[in-house]
Amino acid sequence: MSQMDLPPYATTGQRIWHYAFYVICGLIFFFLIAPILVIIPLSFNAENFFTFTPKMLALDPEGYSLKHYQEFFTSNAWQHALWNSVKIAPAATLLAVGLGTLAAVGLSQEHVPFRRAIMAIMISPMIVPLIISAAGMYFFYSRIGLQGTYLGVVLAHAALGIPFVIITVTATLVGFDKSLTRASASLGANPVTTFFKVQMPLILPGVVSGGLFAFITSFDEVVVVLFVGSANQQTLPWQMFTGLREQISPTILAVATILVVISIGLLTAVEILRRRSEKMRGMSPG
Amino acid sequence: MTETATAPAGTDTGPVLAADGLPLKRSLRRALRAQKLRALMLIAPLLIFILVTFIAPIADMLFRSVENQIVAETLPRTARAIQDYDPDSGTMPSEAVLAAFTYDLTAASERKLHTRLGTRLNYEYTGVSSLFRKAGRRVDDFGETYRDQFAAVDPAWEEPATWIALMADPDWVAEYRAWTAAGEAAKAARREFTQAQPLFRLRDEVADVLPETASAYAEFARIAQVEDGDDPAAEDPWAPVYLALYRDLLHVGPGAIAQLGPEAEAMLDAAHDAVEGFETVNLADLYLEADKDWGDPGVWGTIKTFSSAYTPGYFLNAVDLQLTPDGVAAQPEDRQIYIMLFERTLFMSLMIMGSCVLLGYPIAYLLSNLPLRTSNLLMILVLLPFWTSLLVRTSAWKVLLQQQGVINDILVWLGIVSNSGRLILINNQTGTIIAMTHILLPFMILPLYSVMKTIPPSYVRAAKSLGATNWTAFWRVYFPQSVPGIGAGCILVFILAIGYYITPELVGGTSGTFISNRIAYHISSSLNWGLAAALGSILLAVVLILYWAYDKLVGIDNVSLG
Repeated sequence: MSQMDLPPYATTGQRIWHYAFYVICGLIFFFLIAPILVIIPLSFNAENFFTFTPKMLALDPEGYSLKHYQEFFTSNAWQHALWNSVKIAPAATLLAVGLGTLAAVGLSQEHVPFRRAIMAIMISPMIVPLIISAAGMYFFYSRIGLQGTYLGVVLAHAALGIPFVIITVTATLVGFDKSLTRASASLGANPVTTFFKVQMPLILPGVVSGGLFAFITSFDEVVVVLFVGSANQQTLPWQMFTGLREQISPTILAVATILVVISIGLLTAVEILRRRSEKMRGMSPG
Repeated sequence: MTETATAPAGTDTGPVLAADGLPLKRSLRRALRAQKLRALMLIAPLLIFILVTFIAPIADMLFRSVENQIVAETLPRTARAIQDYDPDSGTMPSEAVLAAFTYDLTAASERKLHTRLGTRLNYEYTGVSSLFRKAGRRVDDFGETYRDQFAAVDPAWEEPATWIALMADPDWVAEYRAWTAAGEAAKAARREFTQAQPLFRLRDEVADVLPETASAYAEFARIAQVEDGDDPAAEDPWAPVYLALYRDLLHVGPGAIAQLGPEAEAMLDAAHDAVEGFETVNLADLYLEADKDWGDPGVWGTIKTFSSAYTPGYFLNAVDLQLTPDGVAAQPEDRQIYIMLFERTLFMSLMIMGSCVLLGYPIAYLLSNLPLRTSNLLMILVLLPFWTSLLVRTSAWKVLLQQQGVINDILVWLGIVSNSGRLILINNQTGTIIAMTHILLPFMILPLYSVMKTIPPSYVRAAKSLGATNWTAFWRVYFPQSVPGIGAGCILVFILAIGYYITPELVGGTSGTFISNRIAYHISSSLNWGLAAALGSILLAVVLILYWAYDKLVGIDNVSLG
């Protein structure tokens, strides 16, 4: 019997409270999800309004159109921003995943001097408020000529994504059975072969989900790119930010809808990976 | 590994040996060292990467919050001379200080640096910026009287060549000629010419005999070379150089002049005899003529106070204080905004944290007590907002909360508010709190859920079987066990909230903005980077303290994602 089931002897008061609790939770779930869902139909608005027109409420097909999507796919500014995002995020992700996985493997060894201090430094980009990271990077990158360059933005985003890679990969490595690498070594494999043939396949789900986190961090990031980038590096979130701040146009809702679809895809991917990783860890003994 | 595993049992005496004959202890230590080294080699690339791309910027920001080299760099002579000035005397500094300031300001205005300095000092003392701008336009005429009078003694004083002969190192003159010739040759041959020009050098004795003149002329010559690409030998020196010459000649003895060689001696001796009878002009009057506010000792006091290379001034400004010549004082009422902004940031973060607890607790309770299949399904409703772009959620709220937006439409339709009385839900604190509660709610639910998941249901059942009502069982048994989750969630939400920038910027209007918005404003609009850095450092300190508390409570390794 689940905790939440009502016992048959419950009093009326208990019954009322029981159902009231469900209603409250329902409302909170509604609060969580409704704002995200409501923009989806609004993005198909045939008018340039941000609310449901009478035609939309009457489900009249004339009330709906794809014109905001068309605007997104034909506008130079939006396409430029989209391409920038598509260029910057994967580069930052690759950098974060490559360096992060290596370091996580290093950190999972038995004897690491200053482990806590090193861990603290590597996690710090996640802790420090973005505005402070952005300010510091703006000051420092201007000094060394990286401000306003693609390389600067990629490096900054990689730094922000690294904590996620470290955390997920370290978590996967906790359940990693060390005797497997020993077995591999005793069978004559060198450390590099062992890493790629034995360790990597087992920690791959963690690496990929860390990579997804790093990707979404860069893809969604706006504060740092606002300062470290220049007009040339304008990304999708930046374009949305300017759009929201200056002159809000319904195209933003179309972009938002596309991004929601992307997040649903990423969320599904991460969930599948998490389950797979749990299954794999369950399989390995010890 | 092999050395340790196959260490032979010790023979009769001596230490235990490993297979290769080395003592086991040493061999183990070596293996350990190799292991440590390997781990560090794997970590090193990332560590270096983070240090360069992230830690160095943070350090740079901390440095900028106290750095104040601009005054000493732009006004080097003044910064030295003004140390003896006492602003409480109520007068302007002495002529010597004013002369030093004149040379510095002339050089700065030639380099177009004086407005930057004026802006910097204006943060500390309102009005300085316009003083610098006005004086910067006129300062290169200060000393004109002396130029005319020197020219009357000997017209050669107006010849650039005279000055080069008097001031320049003959070697430099030769080098400069060679450089010019090489440049012309390259131009004629249409080759690219990239050789750096030799920078002006003073001849040996002149700095001792005519210190102010030498220093002012050297600066003039270098600026002519570097900023304008001109030959100093073809340029008329600035009028303040004549002022310097006048001031030097008043003090120099005839014996000293002899050190400069016979040609210079003749000219300088004539000038030296004449300066006694020169018509003089008061520098103080010239500055007062440019703007009467130069007579305000506060201006000079500010220059003196901020002439050191490091200053606590930005931090004082960040907490509504200011550094004055008389010590630390409160800012004028109309400039006191930072304490208020910090308080507002804290207050609103607490409000957001409170609403997150209120909304997150029931959800986490429900999720952790439902059967796994159902709760996994409902978890998606929590994780989807968590994974959705921040900008998407902020734009959703911007759209929903507008006066003509969906929420107001529904309220009017339901008859709760009249059409004319639509609620103002955006561009104020309400908007920021609603939107940020929604955005940060998953960060409250997830830690709460992971703690509640570990609370065994048997405790509550035991309490009930002993006669506790539902409420007592919850409040006395369940709730205390969920407190660590509340603590973790609260600190996490609070840390995230006080540093938020995007959402307050977009839905906060003027009354709902945070300290981070002010930091961004100082970086990109007012360009007061030092103050931005000081505000950032304070915010960083608060976050680190909170994070330290989080680490004590939850542990740094227990940060979990989704």
